[in-house]
Amino acid sequence: MPRATLAARLAIVAAIALAVALPIVMPSWATLITLILAKGIVVLGIIILLQAGQVSFGHAMFFGVGAYAVAFWGKYVGTGDLLLFLVVAPAAATLLGLLVGLFVVRYREIFFGMLNLAFSMVLWSLLEKMFHYTNGADGIRVARPTLAGLAFTPETFQYVLVYLTLGLVLIVAYGVQRYLDSPSGHMLRAIKSNETRLEYLGVSARRVLLVGYVISAFLGGLGGALVAVAQQIATPEFAYWTKSGEFVFIAILGGVANAAGAFAGSAVFEFVRFFAAAKLANAWQLILGVVLIAIIMFAPGGLIGLFRRDATETRR
Amino acid sequence: MSRALISARNLSIRFGGVVAADGVDLDVFEGENLAIIGPNGAGKTTFLNITTGYLRPQAGTVSYLGKDITALPPREITRLGIARAFQIPQLFLDQTVLENMLIAAAAQSGRISLVRPLHESPGRGEMEALLDLVGVRAYADRKAFELPEGQRKLVDIALALALKPKVLLMDEPTSGVASSEKLGVMDILTRALATQKVSSVFVEHDMDMVERYAHRVAVWSSGRIQIVGPPAEVLADADVRARVIGI
Repeated sequence: MPRATLAARLAIVAAIALAVALPIVMPSWATLITLILAKGIVVLGIIILLQAGQVSFGHAMFFGVGAYAVAFWGKYVGTGDLLLFLVVAPAAATLLGLLVGLFVVRYREIFFGMLNLAFSMVLWSLLEKMFHYTNGADGIRVARPTLAGLAFTPETFQYVLVYLTLGLVLIVAYGVQRYLDSPSGHMLRAIKSNETRLEYLGVSARRVLLVGYVISAFLGGLGGALVAVAQQIATPEFAYWTKSGEFVFIAILGGVANAAGAFAGSAVFEFVRFFAAAKLANAWQLILGVVLIAIIMFAPGGLIGLFRRDATETRR
Repeated sequence: MSRALISARNLSIRFGGVVAADGVDLDVFEGENLAIIGPNGAGKTTFLNITTGYLRPQAGTVSYLGKDITALPPREITRLGIARAFQIPQLFLDQTVLENMLIAAAAQSGRISLVRPLHESPGRGEMEALLDLVGVRAYADRKAFELPEGQRKLVDIALALALKPKVLLMDEPTSGVASSEKLGVMDILTRALATQKVSSVFVEHDMDMVERYAHRVAVWSSGRIQIVGPPAEVLADADVRARVIGI
């Protein structure tokens, strides 16, 4: 990994400062910032898989499982605590990630992408059809949880949630970056560039990919729980394929070279949607489409690519 | 005679009408450098592919120290101590040469960390020394795709050596290396193999190399071994001279 340039470091510090300041300056944006951060966590998982050259078009299944873990808890167990949700939801997604992962890591490229899509559509159908348990397309309302036993007013809770999410983002982004720089992370990239050699080093490429897949599922579940709490609802849409596509879109938009890309992409995506939807009603997808075309043509490294020097200059 | 590390018995495989192995019997003994020569298409690379588990023979067995390894995948055979260098270098092109080596070191150690940076791997000094040994240390921080073919070839061999194998199988180790450097490279390589007590099998087209570095040579012809023996004896054989060497 090339070392971060000064500009990149400053940009990261500025982004964190902005995330801290914005909810105070613009209280109406607190939930928007929470969504940006929470979706960025999910996109980190996409970035992990992209290291190995694999695109999942079904990753929203883990996002959905995280959200429904929270929703089911509220529906069947009672009011929950946010800290508990942040354990239960990622745990459920991790378990599903392991089960689905054991199957999908045998495949590559289009087969990998489509199999993930198929699994996610099975989950989506179950959420839609098992009306008795899931309320179908209406979804399940998520009551405002306590935090470590403390109850908050809606106004205070949005601050609690945004800063808790920011704290989690700093932890998971650091953790994911450590992982990407570790031998396991480098082996993911080795799957993309030469899987045969990796096997001839005595390494199981499937195992390497499974580890990455399970981590990405964990991140999907964590993000899903946070979004469900922020939006106070979980619907089958959370697991729908367009949601999966959105995460991939954000990853490409932000850049896949490191963890920062997930949040850069997520911020631009949500802000464009927020403002364009207000002013242009149904045309916000058009704007995002144009932005993505511009990124792919002029900045293939994504938004964060604009902050990285050419690889030849950052060599150690 | 020292013990056999790899024993191939009656290996047979055909691809459509092409017979690539037709009852191949061969032992690779501890401490030897065994050269494989023969015309293109005789089945030399196929033998390496079968031995390393990349291909499964239609008949016959390969054993390593008495253990049947015929049905094992390459990664398990590699872990047993049989490493391979390729005719076309197989590197992780998007990563630096040192990163390639550190990945191999992590693979060899069997402890693949999820959190410790690759660049702080404990094997780093050893890997740099290996790059030094094969003469590509200067390229350590270059992305593998930036290297000329000859240097890639040497990194490919260094990757295999990083696994600390008992046997190293090499497919034309010096093809692509500038001819003025071939002898130097093979000198270094065979010395490294000797000091690390690694036995080797190498496919080679250059008879000077065979004569100089092989303890034994096996001549392949249409999927069969025509003759095996010391280079002086085999290379003097009239039939071999006519059909393989082309004199």
